[in-house]
Amino acid sequence: MKNKAEIVIIGGGVIGASIAYSLADKGMKDIVVLEKNYIASGSTGSCGAGIRQQWGTKMNCILSKKSMEIFENLNEILKVKRDIELKQGGYLLLAYSEKEFKQFKENIKLQNSIGIPSQLLTVKEAKEIVPQLNGEGIKGATYCPTDGHINPFRVNQAYVEAARRKSVQFYTYTSAQDIITQNNEIKSVVTDRGVIETNKVVNAAGGFSKEVSLMAGIDIPTKSERHQILVTEQVNPILKPMVMSFSYNIYCQQIPDGSFVMGYGDPDEQYSHNIKSSWQFLEEMAKKATYLLPFLKDIRVIRQWAGLYNITPDAQPILDASDELKGFFMAVGFSGHGFMIAPFTGVLMAEMILGEKLSMNIKLDLKRFEHDRLILEPSVV
Amino acid sequence: MVILMNEDKIVCRCEDITLKELRDMIADGYTRLDEIKRALRLGMGPCQGDICLEIAAREICRMTDKKMEDIKMPSKRPPVAGIKMSELVGDNQNEK
Ligand SMILES: Cc1cc2nc3c(=O)[nH]c(=O)nc-3n(C[C@H](O)[C@H](O)[C@H](O)COP(=O)(O)OP(=O)(O)OC[C@H]3O[C@@H](n4cnc5c(N)ncnc54)[C@H](O)[C@@H]3O)c2cc1C
Ligand code: FES
Repeated sequence: MKNKAEIVIIGGGVIGASIAYSLADKGMKDIVVLEKNYIASGSTGSCGAGIRQQWGTKMNCILSKKSMEIFENLNEILKVKRDIELKQGGYLLLAYSEKEFKQFKENIKLQNSIGIPSQLLTVKEAKEIVPQLNGEGIKGATYCPTDGHINPFRVNQAYVEAARRKSVQFYTYTSAQDIITQNNEIKSVVTDRGVIETNKVVNAAGGFSKEVSLMAGIDIPTKSERHQILVTEQVNPILKPMVMSFSYNIYCQQIPDGSFVMGYGDPDEQYSHNIKSSWQFLEEMAKKATYLLPFLKDIRVIRQWAGLYNITPDAQPILDASDELKGFFMAVGFSGHGFMIAPFTGVLMAEMILGEKLSMNIKLDLKRFEHDRLILEPSVV
Repeated sequence: MVILMNEDKIVCRCEDITLKELRDMIADGYTRLDEIKRALRLGMGPCQGDICLEIAAREICRMTDKKMEDIKMPSKRPPVAGIKMSELVGDNQNEK
């Protein structure tokens, strides 16, 4: 293992890999990525991998739109060997109250103003896209045809392989255990396989972002929470878009191999690193899903699993450089939507690390929590 | 050990994965079943990889200096295989 690096990125999920690639692409040398397990072993490998641009704040709309533009060309950009399996079947978002529908109308105005091709739909129009939909209680919907799904392992691995070709070193099964600092500067990262001298560290540790920050003596307000998900057997294509509701709290999508992937957020879930699956989830999920899409009754569940959301107080990530510790960068707290913004996040973080002007104005700093400048995004699950 | 020669041969029937796809992954340095499983979906079908994971393990051994006992079998997901949604909601109407 190397004993010196220009920068050490902790975490080999999609975020760490995307940052490593962007840094190398901008010409940085001597980049090391530490992954305590294997590539995509964390949240990235357990995620629903849905990608949407239908957001309620301008910043999220731009982050996700720019990322989508990269995803659409990622096979060529990264010269991938294995297709990332982008499916743009759209996202159909359902409103169950007048208040929610009113918010959707605002969102569509905002999205259209920056070129996201989303539209407002009546229940009847929604049923034209998903004829099997149970329209009961639905007040209206929005739809964006270019939203969709991508294979998360392929994306993560594609970034890793492209970064490796630019000489980035990935050490898998290697965990960061401590960050040694002196006079507000980073000196080295201690791993279970040796010490790496460096002045720059990126915390991209997903569900373990708080633990990694504490290694550097910095406390951040992120918490981890289990989210469960299941997949069914493969059947012929019948459901084009992702169907999702914030208030009914569900998402369900048929992925390119023909299986359905679905999940919901349990409001009673405790903060922890527990990723065990539960039987209750299966029952509740089946209830919700078969209510919304009754044809699912005859389809068999074949696997369930769980992963971590790394959550911040306003459910928006922290993309920042520490004020307290020079050279300490954070790309954490994605609150359940980090996969879809990973490409552009990598670019922005690389710009931040290299001291370049950011190609987009973001206000995802750590200090916002102290000063109560929370970002009010109305459209999260 | 028998060496399979026909690279178009399907090694994972549930997910339709050929020997060539498997060998390409191993040649690219993916030598752990967990990783191969995730990238290729090999072993993720309804049979939960009963046969194909064993085949993949043998290929890893053949192509690297690993031995069968060095290879960690991925953990099986909870035994939900094949339960209809209707059974989960306790609705037996469509059941025989
Ligand atoms: C069930 C579920 C569904 C989801 N659905 C979606 C979705 O549809 N769309 C979407 O955009 N997002 C979704 N997400 C969120 C998404 O998975 C995450 O936001 C994203 O994967 C975060 O990527 P990451 O690289 O930050 O984290 P991770 O993929 O968790 O990567 C962090 C890595 O750091 C490693 N690590 C931790 N500590 C150390 C250490 N000390 N030393 C070395 N390595 C370390 C971990 O092993 C891990 O591999 C979902 C998440 C879950 C759980
Ligand atoms: S044959 Fe591979 S999962 Fe069934």
